[in-house]
Amino acid sequence: MSKESQVLVEKPDIKKAADVEKKAGALEVFIMGKSYQVPTGLTIMKAIEYAGYRFIRSCGCRAGFCGACSTVYRIENEQKLSFALACQKLVEDKMYLVQLPFVPAAKAEYDIGKLKPSESTLLTIYPEIARCVSCNTCTKSCPQDIEVMKYIQMAIRGDIKRCAEISFDCIQCGLCAMRCPADIKHYHVSQLARRLRGKYIDTRSKNLAKRLEEIENKKYDGDIEKLIKKDKRDIMTMYTNRRIEAEEEGDIGGD
Amino acid sequence: MKLIDGYPDYMMKSIELVEEKREKNISTAVKPMTMEKREQVLSKYHPDYMNSTKRKVSIGVDKGKIMYNGIVDLLEAKPILNPNDVDLSKIDYDIDLLIVGGGGAGTVASLFAYESGIPKENILIVTKLRHGDANSMMAQGGIQAADRPEDSPALHYLDIYGGGHFMNKPELARALALDAPKIINWHEELGVMYDRQDNGEFQELSGGGTCRNRMHSAKDYTGMELLRNIRDEARNLEIPVSEFCPIIEFLMDDKGQVAGGIAFNIETFEYHVIRAKATILATGGSGRLHLSNYPTTNHYGATGDGLIMAYHVGANLLDLDTIQIHPTGDAYPEPIVGILSTEKIRGLGAVPLNKNGDPFVFPLEPRDVEAATFIRECKNGKGIVTPTGMPGVWLDSPMIDIIHGEGTIEKKLAGEARKFKRFDIDMTKHPILVYPTLHYQNGGVEINEKCETKVPGLFAAGEVTGGVHGKNRLMGNSLLDYNVFGRRAGIYAAKYVKKAKAGKITLNHINKYNRMLEKANIKTTKKAPILLPEYRGEMAISRALDIL
Repeated sequence: MSKESQVLVEKPDIKKAADVEKKAGALEVFIMGKSYQVPTGLTIMKAIEYAGYRFIRSCGCRAGFCGACSTVYRIENEQKLSFALACQKLVEDKMYLVQLPFVPAAKAEYDIGKLKPSESTLLTIYPEIARCVSCNTCTKSCPQDIEVMKYIQMAIRGDIKRCAEISFDCIQCGLCAMRCPADIKHYHVSQLARRLRGKYIDTRSKNLAKRLEEIENKKYDGDIEKLIKKDKRDIMTMYTNRRIEAEEEGDIGGD
Repeated sequence: MKLIDGYPDYMMKSIELVEEKREKNISTAVKPMTMEKREQVLSKYHPDYMNSTKRKVSIGVDKGKIMYNGIVDLLEAKPILNPNDVDLSKIDYDIDLLIVGGGGAGTVASLFAYESGIPKENILIVTKLRHGDANSMMAQGGIQAADRPEDSPALHYLDIYGGGHFMNKPELARALALDAPKIINWHEELGVMYDRQDNGEFQELSGGGTCRNRMHSAKDYTGMELLRNIRDEARNLEIPVSEFCPIIEFLMDDKGQVAGGIAFNIETFEYHVIRAKATILATGGSGRLHLSNYPTTNHYGATGDGLIMAYHVGANLLDLDTIQIHPTGDAYPEPIVGILSTEKIRGLGAVPLNKNGDPFVFPLEPRDVEAATFIRECKNGKGIVTPTGMPGVWLDSPMIDIIHGEGTIEKKLAGEARKFKRFDIDMTKHPILVYPTLHYQNGGVEINEKCETKVPGLFAAGEVTGGVHGKNRLMGNSLLDYNVFGRRAGIYAAKYVKKAKAGKITLNHINKYNRMLEKANIKTTKKAPILLPEYRGEMAISRALDIL
């Protein structure tokens, strides 16, 4: 038998596997203190649904991008509280679960067009960042493993660029703000830092500026009009024969 | 089950073959297919080409038109609202502009309606979940705009039109291509942090079906970066938003115009009567209907509500005989089945491989074609079957760091790497397993360049609409879509408001629809719109696809 054909010889019996798993792998979880039996292998979100709940709050994109399903949990007989996204964390035996559907942290209102990015901009708009006691609780509570305290330190120092960079993957779940002893609203601070960087600090594209001018002067209107007027066979031929940049590079999507 | 680096032993054996052939696979690429070859593989393997997935609608403006079964089921369901439960003599909100949906399209529309002179207190966004809970937030790969000298809006137009099988409404495809650079510039003004080169030019990649590299990105969190900026702007301007309060039916007036809607607070079960001079429909897509039984990448709220409500007032629907299945949904591990692995992974050079480690398709065909080849491999026994019965093919992600240098994945695919790491899989070392997943509603409510529907007073923008992408949308054109048409909807609805006069409000169209159902002798226990999907109990466990 060749090596290739050996792979997947043992195609698993799907139904049987699922049954076995269900019997052998029943877990006990406590949803807001109440005990439920759920199978192994589910995310916290699916386990809560399996237990019979229908989400209105605390469920959003179900893929780790929206911050709706932040969850606080503790394993029985442990002291430590842990933090996770319900849609991204597998359920474990003896988990005590509660979800946080909303964070009442105040967001500053500002006109981004009237701000100037300086060393004191973030401190002026969110002065409480100066109260950071460097306890690192924010970092420990971040389900995205962002170095939250570090970007707050950058904000205090006025390093908008680094604050924006370190905080970039923030999904704005707000767990950091809920845990902070100094009432810092980390996720709002970093939102402002990123907007300041994107608008004022990063170098602008010259190509884009040129293209906008061309569009303003209606340079492409005629070309597109011609394409629209072409009969179907002609445009299909044109489409099929068009030069594909990625293919020619031989290095797909090279940047 | 014992796992090695996150994979069971038998899957690891297949990975060994992938590793053996990696060098060869990097240097020898599969060429794109001819149009004839594409048609062949689509007709044999894509669900759009199978008769069992679709049927004719038997009532309403599109009577006789073929659409996916799951959509027809809801069009032929009883309207969930009983008009007798609402007192129309008591108007709770009397405003200029009602925006239905608080995702990308709705929020952009609110900003441009405000800029066009509608006072903020006369605008109301109502949304089913939280403001910003939407597919827009989840888009990873990027947004297209032809701004490099090697590129042009005309080439972008050609890609959109060909990708849509030449069935798009040309004027909508033109608006999409021609407005794109302006949108990128607007984002710069808002403060979006696009990926750039040292000289400030954008890092632009290729996407499936694009003839030039024009994909602008913000790591693999492009949708999140765009929408959090746009939403922050709306919050700074204090545009009113009512959350957990979806519209469940539109209101009409005695002149046949849409005149607002009935909102339903899904936490307190109260109705609110909202009268508006103009209404923008921006409820997004319908992945959570799991058409053709596919798992989905979509947001919890993507249940196609807007299609149903628009149909109830007589708006027509386009191209709902097609769905976009995204080629690279996750097939393993089980908890993330159906979740998207971005097309950017292929854009950066990763190649799809079968269980023997062999390539079988050009990595950047249009999505429908690429997906059909994955299904073909699996049906022909060249896929890998996971312990829970999910089929898939490999996407050889470690190629990326070999091609572009170590650290590329960590830097450009941070979200993806994080997702797999949570399940002990290191995508820089091992390939990931993928299978097509329901991703996008290609069609929807027909609009024109001004985002007007066939019904006066009702505008629409974003995924709920049809005509922009024809029968298939290309990567990077949906983020663009919600910006281009959200903006246009806001501007043109604001213009309409200045001349519009609302008449006497009514829900008679619902009674009429109910009578139509009776007359057609449709027996149904379903009610629509459904608002939220049902996953309680055993439904929480993803079922294996029944396509193999």
